Amino acid sequence: MGTHLHLVRCGRLRQIARMQLIVNGNSHDLDADPQMPLLWALRDLLGLTGTKYGCGIAQCGACTVHMDGMAVRACQIRLADVAGEITTIEGLGTPDDPHPVQAAWIEQQVAQCGYCQSGQIMQAASLLALNADPSDADIDRAMSGNLCRCATYPRIRAAIRSASVRIGAA
Amino acid sequence: MSRAGRIARRGFLIGSVAVAGGVAFGAWRYTRPLADPFAGTDAGALNPYVLIDADGVTLVAPRADKGQGARWLQAALIAEELDIDPATARIVPGPVSATYYNRALIADFMPFAPTDTGWLAETARDAADIPARLLGWQMTGGSSSTADGFDKLRQAGAVARETLKQAAALRHGLDRADLDTADGAVILPDGTRIPYPDLARDAAALEPVTQIVLRDRSQWRWLGKPMARTDVIAKSTGTQVYGIDLSLPDMLHATVRMAPWGGSVARLDPVAAEGLPGVLRVLPITGGVAVLARDTWSAMRAVQALDVAFAAPDTTGDQDAIWAALAATHDAGDIDSRKRDDGDVDAVIGAGDVTAEYRVPFLAHAPLEPMNATVLVTDDACTIWAGTQVPDFAVARAAALTGLPETAIRLENQMIGGSFGRRLEIDFIAQAVEIAMAVPGRPVKLTWSREEDFAHDQPRPAQIARVRGRATDQGVQALDLTVASPSVIASWFGRVSSAPPGPDASITTGAWDQPFAIPNFRVTGLRAPESVPVSSWRSVGASSNGFFFGTAMDEMFAAAGIDPMEGLIGLCSHDPSRAVLEGLRDLSGWTGRDAGQGRGRGVAFCLSFGVPCAQVVEVEQTPQGIRITQAFAVADVGIVLDPVNALAQLSGGMLFGLGHAMNCELTYRGHRPDQTNFHAYEGMRMRQTPQVTVRLLENGPLRGLGEPGVPPAAAALGNAIFAATGQRLRDLPFARGVRFA
Repeated sequence: MGTHLHLVRCGRLRQIARMQLIVNGNSHDLDADPQMPLLWALRDLLGLTGTKYGCGIAQCGACTVHMDGMAVRACQIRLADVAGEITTIEGLGTPDDPHPVQAAWIEQQVAQCGYCQSGQIMQAASLLALNADPSDADIDRAMSGNLCRCATYPRIRAAIRSASVRIGAA
Repeated sequence: MSRAGRIARRGFLIGSVAVAGGVAFGAWRYTRPLADPFAGTDAGALNPYVLIDADGVTLVAPRADKGQGARWLQAALIAEELDIDPATARIVPGPVSATYYNRALIADFMPFAPTDTGWLAETARDAADIPARLLGWQMTGGSSSTADGFDKLRQAGAVARETLKQAAALRHGLDRADLDTADGAVILPDGTRIPYPDLARDAAALEPVTQIVLRDRSQWRWLGKPMARTDVIAKSTGTQVYGIDLSLPDMLHATVRMAPWGGSVARLDPVAAEGLPGVLRVLPITGGVAVLARDTWSAMRAVQALDVAFAAPDTTGDQDAIWAALAATHDAGDIDSRKRDDGDVDAVIGAGDVTAEYRVPFLAHAPLEPMNATVLVTDDACTIWAGTQVPDFAVARAAALTGLPETAIRLENQMIGGSFGRRLEIDFIAQAVEIAMAVPGRPVKLTWSREEDFAHDQPRPAQIARVRGRATDQGVQALDLTVASPSVIASWFGRVSSAPPGPDASITTGAWDQPFAIPNFRVTGLRAPESVPVSSWRSVGASSNGFFFGTAMDEMFAAAGIDPMEGLIGLCSHDPSRAVLEGLRDLSGWTGRDAGQGRGRGVAFCLSFGVPCAQVVEVEQTPQGIRITQAFAVADVGIVLDPVNALAQLSGGMLFGLGHAMNCELTYRGHRPDQTNFHAYEGMRMRQTPQVTVRLLENGPLRGLGEPGVPPAAAALGNAIFAATGQRLRDLPFARGVRFA
């Protein structure tokens, strides 16, 4: 499912396009600048604030979402380049019906300040979708782009292991 | 209608007051000089911790939560005595209504429990000297929230519980002693449950029951056990709202681009930026420029497109000049403080003894949630939604900026996505107020870019320490440690309030106060000029002194051929601290510096904020560089109230310390750091995270653990690298001297 661009206004400096975005299974028609990063469309236009801004240059991973199931940095994807269905932390699961990765995060009490954890969870869910039983090295490789300033990493490792078991048992 | 309790312990009183549809329990202003402390009290003098009305039970957690778990723990302390599962209560971050907000009350709070005058108490109090002075205001810091709230919050819960029981007893013609409470309800002898909200109005009419006995910890249902924190669920599902996530009707978005520290805007042409899509206005503000836009990204894009030039400040903000000023401070030797001077170091230390110079860099706080604040200014009021550790400084600043009385300023504290001391500053709140004043009637959310966060952090200062020491096969005979640093206290106070006179004890905190019986032991603080504004960084003075002291001790043990673990244990003069070291020795299976297989181990200890903490770090040399393989930490917090979080804080503090010790520094050029984002300031990442083993002991006084895990880490790592390689690293970050895998 791609993004549909319909230029509705084009001035010397103003360019607003109508775009259709599929987020968490819902279709949204957006009138926005195609250059706007997906991160800010999610947060400011759609009100999906679970996806966080941390650096804006793909160094922290706080804005990690899924595009057709693959973890991507929403700060680096312009609306014009969105080429798939987007899943955010809100679409992964809910407090009443958490995804197995979220359930593992809750069980291990991973979060301290919690600000990075949406991105950590989306990255981990993507890893486990590709590799249901990752090795230590697999986890290190997949997760090292996600910065946690509180350094919750040991519990992230434990939660990924726990989620791996949960997913295997499901 | 208001009622104050009769008990007066530790400078506060627990009482109750009627509120719309219910009752509030909390602490009353304690006006010591007055003969009758209850005269003239009214609803405004109560700082509520428990609010019960038709909507249910609300627990008020006045200390800000920035990842240290304070909000939940405060609620749990109340809930334990109130007999309500904290997960079923509404937890709010502090007074949310001017009705309940009373600065005078807060200013009278005694932040620390009076303890004995023994050695540790004196040391702990002195170590906490900074927060003790500041917590007179409603400040969160100094790892103090737990010690501050431990009695007060439980008492509030107990008074509320007993008063609710009294209300039920009167209603049913029973004796209060025959009633029980459980899960948010009073239980009558026949088993009838009366939910607390049903008793709220009755309770409001009663004199509060203040003859209460706090429960022994053996009776605790939640405290001391793993708890299912509701904020952890929210933070795992994207539903936790932080300040940066706020959205209000009609809200505008803003960001700023500020002049380097000490500089100013020399030229500004707003035309190009104002022509960009989504941009509403370019607004000069104090020290920089703001852009107002329809969304955050449009504001951030426009601020980068601004045609702006900043006037160059002087050259004191260049890194070379900063190091030179620190060295010159040492050479001049003007003493700011000398808090320890045992024996006679000059007589003992001579030629051939250990001499060394250590350097630590500026460090950014860089919490992952960028600075932000949302403000609405109207003709007669100003509302601030922001995460802050110093709400009343923010209110005072907003009042000064708007010209409104402080009673017209409302601040709603927000859950904070990390701080490490950054939210002790109110610069971003002041900017948001200034911007909002330009668009009265419309809320404005100011969001900083990460680049702005690095450029305008007030960092942990760069420091130089000089050490002389003597050790023989009989042990450490003398240590003379001199630290040169700008004063974070003077710098910070000067920004948020007014700078206090006198020496800055924090320059040597974490060194002079260490519990080791070194016969000749002198610690001297020298105050260096402030080149760029500096501030408290997680563990403050101990963040650097833990490194200086811990490295110096290891150098002396090495020079004398003494095992550092045995050496520290042998010298330790404080029982809980010695127990921590012995616990660490056992936990880590310590057998010496050489851990075999090309691995080396280092140990370091620091008593900070009253918490003794010791750590062992193990490293190995690999073809790719130094790799940290294992890290162990033991600390003593007196009573472990939230065990999962306490271990997390200890582990996280140690890893935070290790990450910064490996690779983090800010280097300044023209009062602006070279490092602009996380690509140049990585800290700990998953791939470098060692296996971590942590343990808590309960021998000392009750203390908090947000900071004490940090100070020993850098020294333990440096000592481990020495053990593995023979290379003594004296400058942080260590990546200047070795390569890390």
